Amino acid sequence: MKLARDTWLIFQRQIQLLLRNPVWVFVGVFQPVMYLLLFAPLLKPALNAPTQAAAYKIFVPGLLVLLAIFGGLFQGFGLIAELRAGVIERSRVTPVSRLALLLGRSLRDVVSLLVQAVIITLLALLFDLRVFIGDLLLAYLMLALIALMTSAVSYGVALKVKSEDALAPLMNTVAQPVLLLSGILLPLTFAPGWLQGIADWNPFSWAVDGTRALFAGDLGDDKVWQGLTITAVLAVAGVFWAARQFARSVR
Amino acid sequence: MIETRGLRKSFRSRAGRETKTVDAVRGVDLQVAEGEIFGFLGPNGAGKTTTLRMLATLIEPDGGEATIAGADLRKDPAEVRRRIGYVAQGGSTWDESTAREELVLHARMYGISKAEAHRRATRALDAFQLTEYADRKCKTYSGGQRRRVEIALGIIHEPKIVFLDEPTTGLDPQSRAHMWDEIRRLRAEGMTVFITTHYLDEADALCDRIAIMDHGEVVAEGTPAELKREISGDVVLVGLDVAGTPQAAQLLDGEEFVKKLETADEGGLRLYVDEGATAIPQILRRLDSAGLTLSSIELHRPSLDDVFLTKTGRSLRES
Repeated sequence: MKLARDTWLIFQRQIQLLLRNPVWVFVGVFQPVMYLLLFAPLLKPALNAPTQAAAYKIFVPGLLVLLAIFGGLFQGFGLIAELRAGVIERSRVTPVSRLALLLGRSLRDVVSLLVQAVIITLLALLFDLRVFIGDLLLAYLMLALIALMTSAVSYGVALKVKSEDALAPLMNTVAQPVLLLSGILLPLTFAPGWLQGIADWNPFSWAVDGTRALFAGDLGDDKVWQGLTITAVLAVAGVFWAARQFARSVR
Repeated sequence: MIETRGLRKSFRSRAGRETKTVDAVRGVDLQVAEGEIFGFLGPNGAGKTTTLRMLATLIEPDGGEATIAGADLRKDPAEVRRRIGYVAQGGSTWDESTAREELVLHARMYGISKAEAHRRATRALDAFQLTEYADRKCKTYSGGQRRRVEIALGIIHEPKIVFLDEPTTGLDPQSRAHMWDEIRRLRAEGMTVFITTHYLDEADALCDRIAIMDHGEVVAEGTPAELKREISGDVVLVGLDVAGTPQAAQLLDGEEFVKKLETADEGGLRLYVDEGATAIPQILRRLDSAGLTLSSIELHRPSLDDVFLTKTGRSLRES
């Protein structure tokens, strides 16, 4: 009960600050929109897709997962600014739930990701993308779980390294291979066997496959529940680990 | 109100490949009474902030015990947290928030209801003369205004004790005087105030009792008056050039009226005497008959710096 109340309290505050400066939501969506407008048109011939819509069904889910991964991983920067301003320490001397300090922030990140995802989806509709709404909502759930995990992990790492200079290369080093090994930009069906073998160990690859299946309307595809289960388990693990970082040194 | 026994903390720091252990706090015993302003005086790096952060539950002690407002620091830090307020040295407000928003949020983090949090925020803004700026963003505030918001945050839940880490560092003289008044007002409202400072005049003028800290240990504790009385007597500063100093020191060292004598590196003597008024003519006669010329002679009532000097062998102004 206290956890729910405290989480809501932190979430409200973070959303209020976000709304005061909503430009960040749009800055975050700028890069994927560029991919959508300037890169995606190359895909129909490249993927040998029958129609433009078919190419977008493959590309847009990957783009959304990319947004969720990157959007989340870089949230730690905001936390470092808060650490420096003393806001985190001020919270720590109160009896507020440590998990709520994390969840309130991560949920804000989830909400801002979903707003961005809706913007991308709406733009993709202009390119003849059509998705069944139920499938789309499940895909958003997958995105929300990914963002919850990546932002929590980013906060946990930020609390450990406490400096932007260390966080930026660290996050890039993690994000690049994860990105390339998840078949986000091009499906890994084109990949040689060894590359596919490695990608099988990348949870985001499963998430991308699941999201693609949902956009393709294959709700019954095993990849859907597998992707959702893997991201859910990782989100719980990520939140658990990061919450411990928040609680560390303060019992 | 606060009682500590043997509070210890050491940090491991890495310089290259070597790991060094720094004993930041080496066994602090303190007793702070209810309703007093207690000051921790010492140079930077003496362990004041580390001790304060331990008492405020922010870092775990390596050893020792403490009871704060009746709650056991080691066994029940959550209860300690409910009973204390803490204002950090480096600030604690967010640039894009307003003072009112910060106060309401902070009160609610203590479990206070929304309506009550708003009432308390309004009252605090009024008490700290911040009403005029209440709905402006914190980044527009002056240093003094911002510090007042931070103190208001620290006491919004009406704690029994508030810890203020260097509350006046970086403030201009006027804001500083203003802050002293605010701190006295907290005491008048029945709160126990625990501050750290490296300002001698602040410890002297503001604090009911002080503990002098150096190298992680409390080297003296008492009221400012008591501590100065320990020095007993006056201090005479004799200005001499470097060449004449050793000779003058030799002349005066054996004298009955000189209780203690120190030479300054840049020339000159610092003499601890019972009575400055009678010592000065004697000093002048001795030096004059030896043909030594003085550049100055000053009489000082003992200050907290003299206390610090006799306890640590260094001046607080130098360290």
